[in-house]
Amino acid sequence: MDISFRIRRYNPEAGRSKPYWQEFTLNDVEPTQRVLELLHRVKWEQDGTLAFRRSCSSGICGSDAMRINGRNALACKLLARDVGPKIQVEPILGLRVIKDMIVDMEPFLAHYRQVLPWFVNDGPLPADGRERLQTQQDKDLINDSTNCILCAACTTSCPSFWANGEYVGPAAIVQAHRFLFDSRDTGDDARLDVLGAPDGVWRCRTIFNCTPACPRGIEVTRAIGEVKLAVNKGSSAGIIDPATIKQQH
Amino acid sequence: MQTHQFDALIVGAGGAGLMAALYASQGGAKVAVVSKLYPTRSHTGAALGGIGAALGNHEEDRPEWHMYDTVKGGDYLADQEAVRVLAEEAVDAVIELEHMGLPFDRTSEGRISQRRFGGHTSNFGEKAVRRACHSADRTGHMILQTLYQQCLRNEVRFFDEYQVVDLLLNQGVACGAVAIQLGSGEFHCFNAKATLFATGGWGRVWQVTSNAHSLTGDGAAILLRRGLPLEDMEFYQFHPTGLYGLGVLLTEGIRGEGGVLLNRHGERFMERYAPTIKDLASRDVVSRSIYLELREGKGIGGSDYLHLDIRPETVNRYLAEAGETRRIDEDFIARNLAETLEVCRTYAGVDPLQEPMPVQPTAHYAMGGIPTNVNAEVIVDASGKVLQGLYSAGEVACVSCHGANRLGTNSLVDLVVFGRRGGKRIANFVREAPLVPPPMDAAEEVRAEFERIRNSSGKSRPGELRARMQDEMMTHVGVFRSAEGMRQGLDAVLELRQRFLQDLGIDDRGQVFNTDLMEAWELGCLLDTAVVTAESALAREESRGAHSREDFRERDDANWLVHSLISSQASGLVTEQLELSLNHDKPVDRSLEAEDARFAPKERVY
Repeated sequence: MDISFRIRRYNPEAGRSKPYWQEFTLNDVEPTQRVLELLHRVKWEQDGTLAFRRSCSSGICGSDAMRINGRNALACKLLARDVGPKIQVEPILGLRVIKDMIVDMEPFLAHYRQVLPWFVNDGPLPADGRERLQTQQDKDLINDSTNCILCAACTTSCPSFWANGEYVGPAAIVQAHRFLFDSRDTGDDARLDVLGAPDGVWRCRTIFNCTPACPRGIEVTRAIGEVKLAVNKGSSAGIIDPATIKQQH
Repeated sequence: MQTHQFDALIVGAGGAGLMAALYASQGGAKVAVVSKLYPTRSHTGAALGGIGAALGNHEEDRPEWHMYDTVKGGDYLADQEAVRVLAEEAVDAVIELEHMGLPFDRTSEGRISQRRFGGHTSNFGEKAVRRACHSADRTGHMILQTLYQQCLRNEVRFFDEYQVVDLLLNQGVACGAVAIQLGSGEFHCFNAKATLFATGGWGRVWQVTSNAHSLTGDGAAILLRRGLPLEDMEFYQFHPTGLYGLGVLLTEGIRGEGGVLLNRHGERFMERYAPTIKDLASRDVVSRSIYLELREGKGIGGSDYLHLDIRPETVNRYLAEAGETRRIDEDFIARNLAETLEVCRTYAGVDPLQEPMPVQPTAHYAMGGIPTNVNAEVIVDASGKVLQGLYSAGEVACVSCHGANRLGTNSLVDLVVFGRRGGKRIANFVREAPLVPPPMDAAEEVRAEFERIRNSSGKSRPGELRARMQDEMMTHVGVFRSAEGMRQGLDAVLELRQRFLQDLGIDDRGQVFNTDLMEAWELGCLLDTAVVTAESALAREESRGAHSREDFRERDDANWLVHSLISSQASGLVTEQLELSLNHDKPVDRSLEAEDARFAPKERVY
C-alpha cells in the first residue's frame, strides 16, 4: 500500500521560527509495518533532518509517544493497517516542542520525582537474611501500575494537565499508586501529602482520556480513583478489593 | 567546553550502570551517570523472563549447580572464577533487589517465585530446575525501574541524553569521557577518577535482532579506537525465538512454562537434538537445531520459520506425557506471559492462546566485549594487567562468565553481580586515588570526526550503508559460518566502511537534537564492531558455543580453549585502516575444574 504522511515539523535552527506541516509519500508499505518504521523510512530515504526519539521499537522503552491521527500512541506499537493510508503525526501536547516530535520531558520527569517514586521500608530486614514475604494476592494489587513505562502518553492526553502544567498528572499518580499499594512499602505519609496538595490528585476531573491513551493498557483513571480514596482516608489500607483485580486475556 | 568533575563517571544507565552508580554512591563517591537515553529507556527494560539465582524456593537448588550449567552452557570457555562469583553472588543480589522493592511474583509461602529456563538444571544436568526469579514476563523492566528509583533516592546525578563519544586517557590512566549533550550539540568533558563503561551491546550489526535501535556498540568501538583490546568478539548469541520477520524477543520463559517448538509436521523436534531437557537446551543448541530443521525444508509451509506453541492443550499433553502433574490454563498464561500475548497480538496478529507463534532466531547478545577482571576493572592484555581508572560491566563487558554462549537469565545476573562489584570497587578506589586532569584539547579529535560527518555531502546515506552491513553480517556471520562466507562478508563490510569514511552524506547540519548526525556516528561504531566480529570469527578455526563453523565442525580444546583479544594498532581516532591484531594467549580460568572434575570439558549433551 501507499501511505501519505502529514508530519508536524518544527526546527527553528533551520530558519523557520513557526511549526508547519510537511507531506511525504511512501510506496510499498506492508500493512504490518510499524508507524515507527515508516518514520524511519522518511528519515532514511527522504529527509534526514526529521527528528524523533525511539529506542526499543517494541513498546517497552517508552521513547516514541506521539500524537498519531489525533490520538496519543507509541509509534512502534501502531501498525500501518491500524491507521490507514493517511497518517498525521504530531508531538504530544502540553510539553514544549524542541524539534519536530521531540518535546521537553523535564517537567514530566519533575512531576514523577515529586511523588517520591522509590520503595521505602527502613524497618529491619528479615532475620534469616532472605526476602520479605508478600502474598501473590498483595503483589497483584500493583500489577497494573508497575506496568508504567513513563512514556507520557497519559499525562499529555489530559486536559487538566494541558490547562495547568503544575498538576502532577496521571503518570506520576500511577507511579505513586505502585508504591502506595505495595504491602511492603512504608512511605505512604510523605507521598499522600504530595498527592493531597492542590496540584496533586484532585486536579483530576475524571475525564478518562488517560486510560485509552495508555499503550500498556493500564487502567489509569481507576488507579487515580484509588489514590484519591487513599488521600481521603489518609491510608492505602483496605481500599482495593483483590477480587476486582482484572485478569487480561 | 564545559568540564564536570566527579569521583565516578558511569557511562550508560541500564542495569549494570545503575547498579554500579547505586553502590558507588552508597560507598560515598560523588557519582554522575551519563546516558544517551533517559535511564528508564535502557534495554535492560526489555529483558523478560527472569533472573537466575539458586534460591531453591520450589525445589532443591545450589549455586554449584548454577555454576555447572553456566560453564557447560558456555561450552567451557567461561572463566570459572567469574562463574563462581556470578552464581554465588546471584543469591545475595536477588535478595537485595527484593529489599529495594522489586515486585517479584510469589510462591504460596510468599517467597520469590521461580520458573524453569534454558540450560538451568539441578544436580549437574540431571533435570530442569526452577531457578529464574520473575516478575511476570517483564523482569528486566522491574529491575531497571527499581534501580533507577533507588538511584534517585540516593541522589545520584543524572545527565540524561548526553552521549559519550570518546574516552579520556592521560599518562596511561583513564580520567573520564567526552560527551555530546544531544539537546544542544555541545561537547562536555566529564573528568573523573573512575570511569565505568556500561553501554550495552551491538545487536544492530545484524538484520534480524531483538536489540533496540540504540544498541550500536558505542562503548566497544570507543575503546577499540583508543587502542584497547576487545575479547571473544566472535561469540554472539542468536536467541532461538524471535518473532518472525521482526526479531522482537519472545522469552525463553515461554518454553520454561512448558511451551514447545514444532516443525511443519507438528513434530517436537528438540526431542531429537536434546533428549533430556529438549526445548530447554541452551540457546546456541536450539538456534542451530532450528536452522537445521529449516534447511531440511521443515519450516512452516516450507517457509523460514517454525512454531512455538504455548496453548494449554498442547502444553498439557506434553506435561502428561512426561509424567508431570502440573497443568496450565489460559489464566496462567495471561498472568505469567502477559507481555508475550501483547507482543504477538500487536505485531503478528497472532493470539498465542488460539494458535502457535511464528518464530526464527534473532541476534540477541554479545558474549564478548571489553575484557575485565571479576572486580569490573578493565584489563589490557592476556596477563590481566589493569588500566587504572577504567571499569566496565554488563553486556559490553567480557568478564567471561558466559564463555562461548550465555544461558538465559544470566545477563540480568551479570548486570547486578558485576555492576555491584564495580560500584563497590570504585567507591574504595576513589577514596585514595587522585583526580588526573584530562589531556589538553580533550575533545579535539572527536570533534573533528563529528564536523566531518555533520558537513558530509557524499552519495552514501547512512540508512543504506547500515542496511547493507546488517544484511551481509546476517548472511555471512550469523548462526552458521564458514571461512569463505565470512571472507565475503568481511570484504563487503570493509568496503562499506570505506564508503562511510569517504562518501558519506547526511542532511542535517544543525546542533539541536541532530539525530541524523548521531545515527551516522553510531553507524561508524557498528561498522567497526562488525569488522572486529568477523575478523575474530575468521581466526577461530573450531566450533564452540555460539560460534559454529561449517568448515571446522568440532570443538578443538587442544588448540582453542583460549580467549581471543583483538585490538587496533592504528594511530588516530578514525582511520582508513583499523590495523587489527589478534592474539590467542589469554588462558581460560579453570579453577572450578581444578577442584571438581565435573567441570572439565566434555561433550555437551542436553
